[in-house]
Amino acid sequence: MIIARVVGNVVATQKDASHEGKKILLIQPLDLENQPMGDAIVALDAVDAGVGDRVLAVQEGFSAMTSVGHLESPIDAAVIGVVDLVEFA
Amino acid sequence: MYLGKVIGRVVSTVKDASLEGRKLLLIRRLPQGPSVVAVDAVGAGAGETVYVCRGREAAFAFKPQEVPTEASVVAIVDTIEREL
Repeated sequence: MIIARVVGNVVATQKDASHEGKKILLIQPLDLENQPMGDAIVALDAVDAGVGDRVLAVQEGFSAMTSVGHLESPIDAAVIGVVDLVEFA
Repeated sequence: MYLGKVIGRVVSTVKDASLEGRKLLLIRRLPQGPSVVAVDAVGAGAGETVYVCRGREAAFAFKPQEVPTEASVVAIVDTIEREL
């Protein structure tokens, strides 16, 4: 899983049926200093996250599909948690 | 998934039978990533912004047919409301 920031909402009328009724989020992966790292990812929302939230995201099919309740669907990423705090040991 | 722009089409005559009748799109990952060939699942065309599903899951866009793809165009993007 990765930590990312929600940076936008994606609106698409023409899309796979399994994505209908879900919020489609543009998320920016973050490094440990909360700086942007790499390109933004499109992920389906499983926890009602919003723009500005720091979130926990999966980038693997089974976990993404399970979190939004659509097995065997073309979904490879999902937001599965909103991060309250990261504590370093 | 990731955002991309349709920058072309790939024509292939000799190909896996399950790819017959499918549109092969040339996609440039946004903002300035590499290009990839993806199978179209939504009727996308040149110049459109789309998002692409990658990996094993990409094939589920065509179920029940088993299509040998690792990248599928699964949505045409109307707008992106972006901050930052």
